[in-house]
Amino acid sequence: METIFFYLVALVAVVSGFLVIRCQSPVNSALGLVNTFFCLAIFYVMLHAPFMAAIQIMVYAGAIMVLILFVIMLLNLGTEARKSYTHGIVWSAIASLAVLFNVIYFIKRGRVTGAEGDITDFTVQSVGHVELIGKTMFTEFLLPFEIASILLLVAIVGAVVLAKKEV
Amino acid sequence: MISVYHYMSVSAILFAMGTYGVLTRRNAIVIFMCIELMLNSVNLTFIALSNHLQNMDGQIFVFFVMTVAAAEAAVGLALMIAFYRNRESIDVDNINLMKL
Repeated sequence: METIFFYLVALVAVVSGFLVIRCQSPVNSALGLVNTFFCLAIFYVMLHAPFMAAIQIMVYAGAIMVLILFVIMLLNLGTEARKSYTHGIVWSAIASLAVLFNVIYFIKRGRVTGAEGDITDFTVQSVGHVELIGKTMFTEFLLPFEIASILLLVAIVGAVVLAKKEV
Repeated sequence: MISVYHYMSVSAILFAMGTYGVLTRRNAIVIFMCIELMLNSVNLTFIALSNHLQNMDGQIFVFFVMTVAAAEAAVGLALMIAFYRNRESIDVDNINLMKL
Protein backbone atom coordinates (compact mmCIF):
# COMPACT_ATOMS: atom_id res chain seq x y z
CA MET A 1 0.00 0.00 0.00
CA GLU A 2 2.74 2.43 0.97
CA THR A 3 4.73 1.42 -2.10
CA ILE A 4 1.83 2.12 -4.46
CA PHE A 5 1.24 5.46 -2.76
CA PHE A 6 4.92 6.34 -3.04
CA TYR A 7 5.02 5.60 -6.76
CA LEU A 8 1.81 7.55 -7.33
CA VAL A 9 3.13 10.65 -5.53
CA ALA A 10 6.52 10.32 -7.25
CA LEU A 11 4.78 10.15 -10.63
CA VAL A 12 2.76 13.28 -9.87
CA ALA A 13 5.91 15.08 -8.66
CA VAL A 14 7.89 14.20 -11.78
CA VAL A 15 5.03 15.08 -14.14
CA SER A 16 4.51 18.46 -12.49
CA GLY A 17 8.26 19.06 -12.57
CA PHE A 18 8.08 18.35 -16.29
CA LEU A 19 5.28 20.92 -16.58
CA VAL A 20 7.53 23.47 -14.84
CA ILE A 21 10.21 23.13 -17.48
CA ARG A 22 7.95 22.75 -20.53
CA CYS A 23 4.97 25.11 -20.07
CA GLN A 24 5.04 28.20 -22.25
CA SER A 25 3.23 30.45 -19.80
CA PRO A 26 5.14 31.28 -16.57
CA VAL A 27 1.90 31.10 -14.56
CA ASN A 28 1.42 27.46 -15.60
CA SER A 29 5.02 26.73 -14.63
CA ALA A 30 4.42 28.30 -11.22
CA LEU A 31 1.30 26.18 -10.65
CA GLY A 32 3.25 23.05 -11.62
CA LEU A 33 5.92 24.02 -9.13
CA VAL A 34 3.31 24.41 -6.37
CA ASN A 35 2.08 20.91 -7.22
CA THR A 36 5.64 19.57 -6.91
CA PHE A 37 5.99 21.27 -3.51
CA PHE A 38 2.84 19.56 -2.27
CA CYS A 39 4.13 16.17 -3.45
CA LEU A 40 7.41 16.79 -1.62
CA ALA A 41 5.45 17.71 1.52
CA ILE A 42 3.70 14.33 1.26
CA PHE A 43 7.12 12.69 1.05
CA TYR A 44 8.22 14.53 4.19
CA VAL A 45 5.17 13.22 6.04
CA MET A 46 6.02 9.72 4.86
CA LEU A 47 9.57 10.25 6.17
CA HIS A 48 8.26 11.13 9.67
CA ALA A 49 9.07 14.84 9.39
CA PRO A 50 5.66 16.54 9.78
CA PHE A 51 7.02 19.93 10.81
CA MET A 52 9.13 20.06 7.66
CA ALA A 53 6.02 19.27 5.61
CA ALA A 54 4.18 22.12 7.31
CA ILE A 55 6.88 24.69 6.66
CA GLN A 56 7.32 23.35 3.13
CA ILE A 57 3.69 24.23 2.42
CA MET A 58 3.67 27.48 4.40
CA VAL A 59 7.03 28.92 3.36
CA TYR A 60 7.48 27.54 -0.14
CA ALA A 61 3.98 27.09 -1.50
CA GLY A 62 2.57 29.89 0.62
CA ALA A 63 5.18 32.64 0.67
CA ILE A 64 7.79 32.16 -2.05
CA MET A 65 5.41 31.03 -4.78
CA VAL A 66 2.97 33.82 -4.01
CA LEU A 67 5.87 36.27 -4.35
CA ILE A 68 6.85 34.75 -7.71
CA LEU A 69 3.25 34.75 -8.98
CA PHE A 70 2.90 38.34 -7.81
CA VAL A 71 5.95 39.40 -9.83
CA ILE A 72 4.76 37.45 -12.89
CA MET A 73 1.43 39.25 -12.80
CA LEU A 74 3.04 42.62 -11.99
CA LEU A 75 5.31 42.41 -15.02
CA ASN A 76 2.45 41.03 -17.15
CA LEU A 77 4.58 38.34 -18.78
CA GLY A 78 3.03 36.55 -21.70
CA THR A 79 4.20 33.35 -23.29
CA GLU A 80 7.78 33.59 -24.40
CA ALA A 81 8.49 33.68 -28.10
CA ARG A 82 9.72 30.29 -29.19
CA LYS A 83 13.03 30.46 -30.99
CA SER A 84 14.69 27.43 -32.43
CA TYR A 85 17.91 26.95 -30.51
CA THR A 86 18.16 23.26 -31.22
CA HIS A 87 21.84 22.85 -30.38
CA GLY A 88 21.22 24.55 -27.03
CA ILE A 89 18.46 22.09 -26.23
CA VAL A 90 20.60 19.13 -27.33
CA TRP A 91 23.57 20.19 -25.20
CA SER A 92 21.34 20.91 -22.22
CA ALA A 93 19.69 17.51 -22.55
CA ILE A 94 23.10 15.85 -22.70
CA ALA A 95 24.30 17.77 -19.63
CA SER A 96 21.22 17.01 -17.55
CA LEU A 97 21.19 13.35 -18.60
CA ALA A 98 24.86 13.16 -17.59
CA VAL A 99 23.94 14.58 -14.19
CA LEU A 100 21.09 12.09 -13.86
CA PHE A 101 23.25 9.16 -14.94
CA ASN A 102 26.02 10.09 -12.53
CA VAL A 103 23.71 10.46 -9.57
CA ILE A 104 21.73 7.28 -10.28
CA TYR A 105 24.97 5.36 -10.80
CA PHE A 106 26.37 6.47 -7.47
CA ILE A 107 23.05 5.79 -5.71
CA LYS A 108 22.96 2.27 -7.14
CA ARG A 109 26.62 1.52 -6.47
CA GLY A 110 27.12 3.30 -3.17
CA ARG A 111 25.97 2.55 0.32
CA VAL A 112 24.54 5.19 2.63
CA THR A 113 26.75 5.90 5.63
CA GLY A 114 27.20 8.84 7.95
CA ALA A 115 27.02 9.96 11.56
CA GLU A 116 24.16 7.94 12.99
CA GLY A 117 22.04 9.43 15.72
CA ASP A 118 19.52 7.98 18.12
CA ILE A 119 16.33 9.64 16.89
CA THR A 120 14.08 6.81 15.78
CA ASP A 121 10.57 7.09 14.39
CA PHE A 122 9.30 6.12 17.81
CA THR A 123 11.15 9.07 19.42
CA VAL A 124 9.68 11.44 16.87
CA GLN A 125 6.19 10.18 17.63
CA SER A 126 6.54 10.21 21.42
CA VAL A 127 8.57 13.42 21.96
CA GLY A 128 7.30 15.41 19.02
CA HIS A 129 9.03 16.59 15.88
CA VAL A 130 8.89 20.32 16.65
CA GLU A 131 10.48 19.81 20.04
CA LEU A 132 13.32 17.74 18.57
CA ILE A 133 13.97 20.35 15.85
CA GLY A 134 13.88 23.17 18.39
CA LYS A 135 16.27 21.44 20.75
CA THR A 136 18.78 20.78 17.98
CA MET A 137 18.46 24.22 16.44
CA PHE A 138 18.84 26.24 19.62
CA THR A 139 21.71 24.24 21.08
CA GLU A 140 23.98 22.83 18.38
CA PHE A 141 23.01 25.18 15.56
CA LEU A 142 22.55 28.44 17.44
CA LEU A 143 25.26 30.39 15.59
CA PRO A 144 24.03 29.43 12.07
CA PHE A 145 20.53 30.38 13.19
CA GLU A 146 21.68 33.88 14.15
CA ILE A 147 23.65 34.21 10.91
CA ALA A 148 20.51 33.24 8.98
CA SER A 149 18.66 36.09 10.67
CA ILE A 150 21.36 38.53 9.54
CA LEU A 151 21.10 37.08 6.01
CA LEU A 152 17.35 37.71 5.98
CA LEU A 153 17.88 41.29 7.18
CA VAL A 154 20.41 41.90 4.41
CA ALA A 155 18.00 40.39 1.87
CA ILE A 156 15.17 42.68 3.02
CA VAL A 157 17.34 45.80 2.76
CA GLY A 158 18.77 44.69 -0.59
CA ALA A 159 15.33 44.00 -2.06
CA VAL A 160 14.04 47.41 -0.98
CA VAL A 161 17.09 49.20 -2.38
CA LEU A 162 16.98 47.29 -5.68
CA ALA A 163 13.26 47.79 -6.26
CA LYS A 164 13.40 51.55 -5.59
CA LYS A 165 12.71 53.93 -8.44
CA GLU A 166 16.15 54.87 -9.72
CA VAL A 167 18.85 52.26 -9.80
CA MET B 1 9.17 -1.53 1.13
CA ILE B 2 10.33 1.98 0.30
CA SER B 3 14.00 2.56 1.06
CA VAL B 4 16.12 5.69 1.12
CA TYR B 5 17.34 4.84 -2.39
CA HIS B 6 13.85 5.32 -3.82
CA TYR B 7 13.64 8.81 -2.38
CA MET B 8 17.12 9.64 -3.65
CA SER B 9 16.20 8.43 -7.14
CA VAL B 10 13.13 10.70 -7.21
CA SER B 11 15.34 13.53 -6.00
CA ALA B 12 17.92 12.83 -8.73
CA ILE B 13 15.24 12.90 -11.42
CA LEU B 14 13.86 16.22 -10.15
CA PHE B 15 17.38 17.67 -9.96
CA ALA B 16 18.18 16.66 -13.55
CA MET B 17 14.91 18.19 -14.74
CA GLY B 18 15.76 21.41 -12.92
CA THR B 19 19.18 21.46 -14.60
CA TYR B 20 17.58 21.02 -18.00
CA GLY B 21 15.14 23.85 -17.30
CA VAL B 22 17.88 26.23 -16.15
CA LEU B 23 19.91 25.51 -19.30
CA THR B 24 17.08 25.77 -21.84
CA ARG B 25 14.56 28.36 -20.69
CA ARG B 26 15.03 32.03 -21.50
CA ASN B 27 12.48 33.62 -19.17
CA ALA B 28 14.39 34.63 -16.04
CA ILE B 29 11.50 33.86 -13.68
CA VAL B 30 11.13 30.34 -15.08
CA ILE B 31 14.88 29.83 -14.62
CA PHE B 32 14.39 30.98 -11.05
CA MET B 33 11.59 28.44 -10.54
CA CYS B 34 13.80 25.68 -11.94
CA ILE B 35 16.44 26.63 -9.36
CA GLU B 36 13.77 26.32 -6.67
CA LEU B 37 12.98 22.85 -8.05
CA MET B 38 16.63 21.86 -7.71
CA LEU B 39 16.80 23.20 -4.14
CA ASN B 40 13.71 21.22 -3.25
CA SER B 41 15.10 17.99 -4.66
CA VAL B 42 18.17 18.49 -2.47
CA ASN B 43 15.86 19.07 0.51
CA LEU B 44 14.19 15.73 -0.19
CA THR B 45 17.60 14.05 -0.14
CA PHE B 46 18.47 15.73 3.15
CA ILE B 47 15.27 14.60 4.85
CA ALA B 48 15.44 11.07 3.46
CA LEU B 49 19.01 10.66 4.71
CA SER B 50 18.14 12.26 8.03
CA ASN B 51 15.37 9.72 8.47
CA HIS B 52 17.61 6.86 7.36
CA LEU B 53 20.51 7.77 9.66
CA GLN B 54 18.19 8.71 12.54
CA ASN B 55 20.00 12.01 12.84
CA MET B 56 18.34 15.42 13.15
CA ASP B 57 21.06 17.50 11.48
CA GLY B 58 19.77 17.07 7.93
CA GLN B 59 16.44 18.61 8.79
CA ILE B 60 18.16 21.66 10.30
CA PHE B 61 20.01 22.04 7.00
CA VAL B 62 16.70 21.95 5.16
CA PHE B 63 15.63 24.81 7.40
CA PHE B 64 18.65 26.86 6.35
CA VAL B 65 18.15 25.99 2.68
CA MET B 66 14.61 27.35 2.96
CA THR B 67 15.96 30.54 4.58
CA VAL B 68 18.45 31.04 1.76
CA ALA B 69 15.75 30.32 -0.83
CA ALA B 70 13.51 32.98 0.70
CA ALA B 71 16.33 35.55 0.70
CA GLU B 72 17.19 34.59 -2.87
CA ALA B 73 13.55 34.99 -3.94
CA ALA B 74 13.32 38.48 -2.46
CA VAL B 75 16.59 39.76 -3.94
CA GLY B 76 16.22 37.96 -7.28
CA LEU B 77 12.72 39.21 -7.92
CA ALA B 78 13.76 42.76 -7.00
CA LEU B 79 16.59 42.44 -9.54
CA MET B 80 14.15 41.24 -12.18
CA ILE B 81 11.83 44.18 -11.54
CA ALA B 82 14.75 46.61 -11.84
CA PHE B 83 15.87 44.89 -15.06
CA TYR B 84 12.35 44.92 -16.51
CA ARG B 85 12.13 48.65 -15.83
CA ASN B 86 15.22 49.25 -17.96
CA ARG B 87 14.74 46.72 -20.75
CA GLU B 88 10.97 46.01 -20.91
CA SER B 89 11.63 42.28 -20.86
CA ILE B 90 13.20 39.65 -18.62
CA ASP B 91 14.53 37.49 -21.42
CA VAL B 92 18.02 36.36 -20.38
CA ASP B 93 19.23 36.86 -23.97
CA ASN B 94 18.84 40.59 -23.35
CA ILE B 95 21.05 40.57 -20.27
CA ASN B 96 24.22 41.72 -22.01
CA LEU B 97 25.01 45.02 -20.31
CA MET B 98 28.41 43.81 -19.14
CA LYS B 99 29.37 42.43 -22.54
CA LEU B 100 32.14 44.24 -24.39
